[in-house]
Parts: sequence; C-alpha cells; structure tokens
Amino acid sequence: MNVIFTTMHEQLTDLLVRFRESEGNLITLLQDTQEVFGYVPQEAVYWYANELDVPASRFFGIATFYAQFHLKPRGKNIVTACCGTACHVRGAERLVNAVKRELKLEEDQDTTEDRLITVEKLACLGTCSLAPVVIINGKMFGKATTDILTREIRSLKKEAKKDE
Amino acid sequence: MGPGGIASGGGEVLSAFETLLKQSNLSAEIKDRCSTHKVGCLGMCSMDVLVDLFIDGKKTTYQKVNAGMVQRIIDEHIIQGAPIAEWITDEEYDNFYSKQIKVVLSDCGVVDPESLASYVANGGYKATDKVLKTMSPVEVTDVMTKSGLRGRGGAGFPTGLKWETCRKVPSSQKYIICNADEGDPGAFMDRAVLEGNPHAVIEGMLIGAYAIGADKGYVYVRAEYPLAVERLSQAIKEATAKGFLGKNIMNTGFNFSIKLKLGAGAFVCGEETALIASIEGQRGMPRPKPPFPVFSGLWGKPTVINNVETLANIAYIITKGAEWYASYGTEKSKGTKVFALTGKVKNTGLIEVPMGITLREIIYDIGGGIEGGKALKAVQTGGPSGGCIPASMLDINVDYESLAKVGSIVGSGGMIVLDEDNCMVNIAKYFLAFTQLESCGKCVPCRIGTKRLLEILERITKGLGREGDIELLERLSKDIKSASLCGLGQTAPNPVLSTLNYFRDEYEAHIRDKKCPAKVCKDLLTYSILEAVCTGCGACKRACPSAAISGDKKKPHKLNADLCVRCGACFDVCKFKSVTKE
Ligand SMILES: Cc1cc2nc3c(=O)[nH]c(=O)nc-3n(C[C@H](O)[C@H](O)[C@H](O)COP(=O)(O)O)c2cc1C
Ligand code: FES
Repeated sequence: MNVIFTTMHEQLTDLLVRFRESEGNLITLLQDTQEVFGYVPQEAVYWYANELDVPASRFFGIATFYAQFHLKPRGKNIVTACCGTACHVRGAERLVNAVKRELKLEEDQDTTEDRLITVEKLACLGTCSLAPVVIINGKMFGKATTDILTREIRSLKKEAKKDE
Repeated sequence: MGPGGIASGGGEVLSAFETLLKQSNLSAEIKDRCSTHKVGCLGMCSMDVLVDLFIDGKKTTYQKVNAGMVQRIIDEHIIQGAPIAEWITDEEYDNFYSKQIKVVLSDCGVVDPESLASYVANGGYKATDKVLKTMSPVEVTDVMTKSGLRGRGGAGFPTGLKWETCRKVPSSQKYIICNADEGDPGAFMDRAVLEGNPHAVIEGMLIGAYAIGADKGYVYVRAEYPLAVERLSQAIKEATAKGFLGKNIMNTGFNFSIKLKLGAGAFVCGEETALIASIEGQRGMPRPKPPFPVFSGLWGKPTVINNVETLANIAYIITKGAEWYASYGTEKSKGTKVFALTGKVKNTGLIEVPMGITLREIIYDIGGGIEGGKALKAVQTGGPSGGCIPASMLDINVDYESLAKVGSIVGSGGMIVLDEDNCMVNIAKYFLAFTQLESCGKCVPCRIGTKRLLEILERITKGLGREGDIELLERLSKDIKSASLCGLGQTAPNPVLSTLNYFRDEYEAHIRDKKCPAKVCKDLLTYSILEAVCTGCGACKRACPSAAISGDKKKPHKLNADLCVRCGACFDVCKFKSVTKE
C-alpha cells in the first residue's frame, strides 16, 4: 500500500465518522468529500458503498444530478463565469468564448491539459448589477471585459511558469 | 454591504474607515460619535460603494466611494464638518428611492445582519413576543389571510390559506421549510434579504411554525451564496443562544429549532416536492401533486414551504397589522414586491414597490431609463418560467393578474430590461438552454420536449431555420405545457411563446432572410473593416485567432471573410470603431 492511498483511506474514514455522527445524508457526505479532495474520486464512492452497504449507483445518481459535484479533478485555478440572465444580456457568452480561446480549450473541454486552469459556468451569482461577473480563484470581477480577463489569465500562466 | 458592495471594494472601504479613524488624532474626541458597521444591501448596486454618515442624527450618503476617498471624507466632513458636495449622492439617487415603499427591505441596510442585538434594538422579535404570548394559532392565520399576502416564490398562493390548511391537518409532527434556493438565474432578492436581515426570516419561520404547530424547521439555501449561508447560520446560532430558538421559547412552552441544508446546484430543487426529496438526501426529482406537502411533505409529514421574501414579510404584518399591509397594492395583489432590476437600465439594483405600479414608473422613474440612450425593446419578468413584455405595453400594472394576462408572470421577481441590441430569439434560446439543462429527466414531455425546442431554436439562430419552424415551436410548446409533471416543464415554453407572440418578425427575419436584426446571432453576422477609419494599429490582427486579418503597420487592414470565424475579438479590441458587423 502506498503512502497516498493510506492518507486517502484515513481521510475517508474520518469523513465517514463525521457522517455517522451528524446523521447526515448522502448529499452532505458527498459535499464534505468534495471539500476535502476538490472533487469526488471514484475510489471514494466505491469505498463508501462498501462500508455503508449502499449501492454505488445511488451515489453516482446524486453526484451526476447536482451540478455542484465534480467527478474529475479540477484545475489549480478556477475561473467561474456567471451565465445568468443579467450577465447573458450583457455579453457573458462572448467573455467565456474569449477565455476559452485564450486557453486554447475546445468547446466541450473545461480544464487545460496541464490542469492549470478550469473554466466553469454558473447561473447567477446574485450580483447581477455588476454584470457581467467573473470569479477568478474567489476574487470577483464585476463589469468584466475580455481585456481584464485575458490579463488575469496571462498572469496566472506566468506565475505557474515561475513556480516550475 | 451586500455582495455587490463587497465586489466593488466594500471591505476595503470599511477597513480604511476603521484604520484611518483610529490613526486620526481626534479619534478620542469623536470616538463615541463615530462607529463603523456594515449593513446589508442598500439596493442601488450601481452606485456601490455607498456610505451613510450620521453626524448628530443628520444623514449624508456618499456614492461610489473607494478606499482612497476615505481620508478626505474623514478630514473634511467628520472633523471639519464640511460635507464634500461632489461625492454626495445626486438627484438620480433620490428618484431611485422616492417611488419605492419598503417593507421587506425596510431594515436591510439599517440593522447589522451579524448582530442579534441590532435586530432587537430595531424592534426585532417583538412580533414573536406578541404572537406567542397573546395570539392563538387561528388568530395568526387569520391575520395572514386578511393581509392578503401571497407567496413570493413564484406561484403566488395565499399564505394564510396555506398555513390554515396545514394547521388543520392532525399530526404530532409537522415541518416548516424556508425555500432559499433562488433558482431564477438573474435574480437576487432572497439573497439580499438573507444577507441583510437574516433574523427577519427566522422570525417569519417561528411565527409560521407556531401557527401550523411545527417544532422543526429547515432552510434550504443555495451553496452558491456563501455569505448568506454564513450570516444565516450565525443568526441561527445567536438566536438559539439567546433563547429565541430552542426549547421553551420566551417561557411560553413553545419549542422550535432550525437546521440549515445546503443545495447542491439544481434549479428544479426550488420546486417544493423536489426540494423535499433533496432534504431527504435523494436526487431532487419532483413527484406528482396531490398529495400536497401541507398534507404529506418532508418524511411524509405535513409541511409548509414558504419563500424567503414571504417569510420576511410576516413579522412586519403582525406588528403593523393586516389592514396596514393590505392598504398597499391592488385588489387581488396586496402589499409590496421586491424586484431585481437588471439588464440595460441605468440604475440597476433591488427595488421594492407596491403591487400595481406601472412598468413605466419602474423603468423610467426608478430605473432612470435605458443605458446609453438606446431604445427599450422589452422587459423580461419571471425568469425561465416567465415571458417578455414589449415596450409598447409599458403602462401595464405590475401585479399577478395583469402580467398573467399578457403572457408573463411576476414570478420570484427577476426583471431584466432588454434594449435594441438584444435578440429576442437568442433570449428565448438562452432560457430554453437553461431549462433543458435543468430538466430532471423524470417525465418525457419535459426531458425530450425541451431538447427538441432548443434544437429548433439553435437551428434558427444558426441560419438553418425552415418554413414551418414557427408553427412547430408553437405546437410543441403547447404539448409540453399541458403534459409535463411539474412546474418546470409546465412553464418552460413560456419564453418561446411570449417572444413568438410579440416578436414574430424577428423569428421570421432569422428564418427567411438569414439575418439577425439585433446583430447578436454569431452565425448570421459578417464582419468587415472600414478602411477609411482604420489607423492600422494592429490590435485586431493580434487578437484574431484565425489569421483572417492582414495589413501593414499604420496602413488600413483587411479582413478575409472566408477565414473569419466570427468570434468578435477584433470588434472588441478596436478602439476606433473601424470594425463593423452586419
Ligand atoms: C421549477 C421550479 C423552481 C422553483 N424555484 C423556486 C425558488 O427558487 N424559490 C422559491 O421560493 N420558490 C421556487 N419555486 C416555487 C416553489 O415550488 C413554491 O411554490 C414556493 O416555494 C412556495 O412558497 P411561497 O408560497 O411562499 O411562494 C419553484 C417552482 C418550480 C416549479
Ligand atoms: S446573472 Fe450574473 S450575477 Fe446574476
């Protein structure tokens, strides 16, 4: 058994203990899991299914139903573009396309090959007055333009190069 | 300070005030007159950050404040007593407020949402005291019925009737749920209330629980609203610690506790039966009604589900009386309603207006008209379940009945203003793409029907529309509406039907002439460069991803239409307006 696996096993046991104590449900268990790993690893689901004697399909049923869950690891940096109505009428789609173009992402692709940046869409962040809104690693950019976003993305790339 | 305020640098302004006030030599002298605290959304988000300054009871409001302006405000206004005229809010700000009547939002921006003491000092929990000590449950539901309050979550069901029905169902266990899933993508009324005055929502739940005989409550809130979640959970904690929640509340023997449940990002979970399934830990799929949740809801027990804004009204109605509330609004739509006014209007933000106000008053008096001198085209209300109201109907009254008559709805309160640059086919496609994605897939008419509708709309916006498409859209819409299981499918075709009704010519232009009159639909556009205007700066050439632009430095550039992918990058970067689209 390698090191990574032991720590994962410990983390999962820990999550399961918390789940049993708080009398939560499968949704909260998956939410907590995602908080620890950044996504929902398949191994985790099979492990829970075994421990709890609940079919894995129930977990996947939930994980694929709710938009919040990710079954694949995401990039180091997250760019979230609001595509709610207010942002849409102020050109959110053009922003997303420009960002994807800058990152050379295909239409159905949302994470760069090197897992540096993930581009996600969301429906309304509740700050429609500042539309269009884009969040980069938790920092909100109101009245965003392609200029601002391209600059931010280039600086993310530059930082990553420095770290190498 | 709401989310808009924080995004515009509200945190920095606050901390600038805090540190600079501390540094100021005069701080000892002015300390007891000066206190900084944060409040929820003040409503007029386009003027963020707003700062209210109270000196000896006199209020001055500054607009568009940034951290760099704080020092001067302190020096000149607080210390020397001379307000800075050019930074003070202008006439537009006053107009924004004069037509509004605030009930739900009356204390947002006044009370500190992170302090129970501040809420109580503003008269908070007085209504609970009155209800628990002097009123019977029937009296409470009577007041609600008399006030004429209708659910603000979308359907507009009378709150008094819902509570009274649930009260009468015999059961030892009942629940009350606050629906804070706010799914309409383009609205943020509930968010502002939760963040600006969370105790008002808790108090509404408490009173509702007493009226129907529930001892447990849930708030189902979107995970996308982290600040609301944080403030709400803190408010619940504080209310529990101070005895406003928990066992034997105010020594009356009444017990009530509230749990928070985080939604996981599914629009359909705003529908009540789907929401219940989600709280129970399952996929959030609706089930047929009846039985209605008031008879069989969470874990099969009688359950009342109310929207955030509905609940935030309750305490005010109890304190000020049903007659007072019913004095606002029209005969069948009483009281006030909060709208999120956004889109192409000058003053965007949250507004609270009496039901029955005209759309013209909202857009021109409160909203300040259309941005950039453009022409108003339509107003979209009700989000993905709603419709568009064309500019020609601007004098319509905004209430449940009048909007329904023209094919739209009040809905939860999204109000998006569209101007001549918005394509109505694109708007319909946008909403359909949303509902199609959010359809839970349980019933066929909604799952497959919305997909087919979307495909046709996509075809039309790509210039591949065919004769007969409009009729097909209409027939399909009718079928989906009548055969779907839940409200999502039953209302999903509305955006298509209402745009077809009022903007049929735009559909026809797309289909017959392969033109998008508003110049939005990408595949129907041709870009070109005006050689007379082009300075040859090269910005477009660098921005073009497909090498379609050529030209020497400082000489007019050319665009090769065969290579152009119509991404619009050149149009965005050109500072001289020499790139045109048609
Ligand atoms: C697809 C769909 C989505 C809904 N989304 C919401 C929502 O986000 N928030 C809400 O309060 N009500 C929503 N509703 C309405 C609820 O089902 C329910 O009518 C409402 O919460 C009842 O509260 P009220 O009587 O106080 O309005 C939605 C309904 C449907 C059909
Ligand atoms: S639509 Fe983007 S923040 Fe509301």
